[in-house]
Amino acid sequence: MNPNHKKMSKFKDQKSKESPGISTASLPDIVFMLLFFFMVTTVMREVTLVVEVSLPEAGEVQKIQKKSLVSYIYVGKPLQGIRATYGKEPRIQLNDAFASVDDIQEFVAQEREARSEQEAKRLVNSIKADIDVKMGIITDIKQELRKAQSYKINYATRRTLE
Amino acid sequence: MARKKRGVPEINAGSMADIAFLLLIFFLVTTTMDVDTGIIRKLPPMPDENTPPPVDQANKRNLFIVLVNAYDQLLVNEEPTDIDNLKEKAKQFIDNNGDGSCTYCQGARNPKKSDNPSKAIVSLQNDRGTSYEMYITVQDQLAQAYTELRDRASMEKFGAVYGDLNDVQQDEINDMYPKLISEAEPKDVGES
Repeated sequence: MNPNHKKMSKFKDQKSKESPGISTASLPDIVFMLLFFFMVTTVMREVTLVVEVSLPEAGEVQKIQKKSLVSYIYVGKPLQGIRATYGKEPRIQLNDAFASVDDIQEFVAQEREARSEQEAKRLVNSIKADIDVKMGIITDIKQELRKAQSYKINYATRRTLE
Repeated sequence: MARKKRGVPEINAGSMADIAFLLLIFFLVTTTMDVDTGIIRKLPPMPDENTPPPVDQANKRNLFIVLVNAYDQLLVNEEPTDIDNLKEKAKQFIDNNGDGSCTYCQGARNPKKSDNPSKAIVSLQNDRGTSYEMYITVQDQLAQAYTELRDRASMEKFGAVYGDLNDVQQDEINDMYPKLISEAEPKDVGES
């Protein structure tokens, strides 16, 4: 006979020799935690590109520290599907639409307004231009940025894989 | 006996994890973690219309003029150059130490090249027809020339590469080899 029976202990009686299974009750909590992390860090502000941009490569590249300080200027040929309407000459894209060089000053003013005064001073204009674009259009953009007194620029490039 | 439990039956929370996983995977896939990289430059302010353009006082030998034409060909100080040689030429120019005031330079002290690194100015001029790719390559090569000189200086001085130094040390190296890359006013570029 089992000696435990004599003790009449309610709890020890039920003790089994197998190791108890790990409780998965907290699994949803862990997953939710991860989920919130990714939800918070995800940047959904990706604009819909209407121009084709394949960035040039460079070895000596720097990282832009704060994404919130960057305003993007895209330059490239209109996408394949809309070339019939817009031609295939390289165009400038600001926000979600085509723009001309003259719109840049207004665009910079808008970008400044959207930020606090402190951040507006540190605004970086990132030129995301296609590899096949000619410098004429880039020079025009740079001149407009100078007129708008927004001097910090970044030529977006990919890092050369070595 | 056989009392039936009344009330709302509990919702099975077992599938909660599955739902959460599904959402998690969605966000994992859509998240773009790529950091913006690029060549950061500062544009000069617009020249004031009232003040006359500054007289070019820089000695001609302190200028390293890089011209890129519409056919992506390079002219460095009036000498046709291949892109592969640009970095080496720029380094020789910056590091030349013509007046002997630079104690850490290893240049050839060529009297036709720059006096010292703080006087050496790299001037970049491009045509409207220059391809963006070429322009970036030239900018990159010039930046690499400075980086290699700075790395060498910091190895000698601090025994570590430039990137591993703290801010104060980096500033010190920056003063030794200041990055003086100027871009010509577009109007100076001919119609050619």
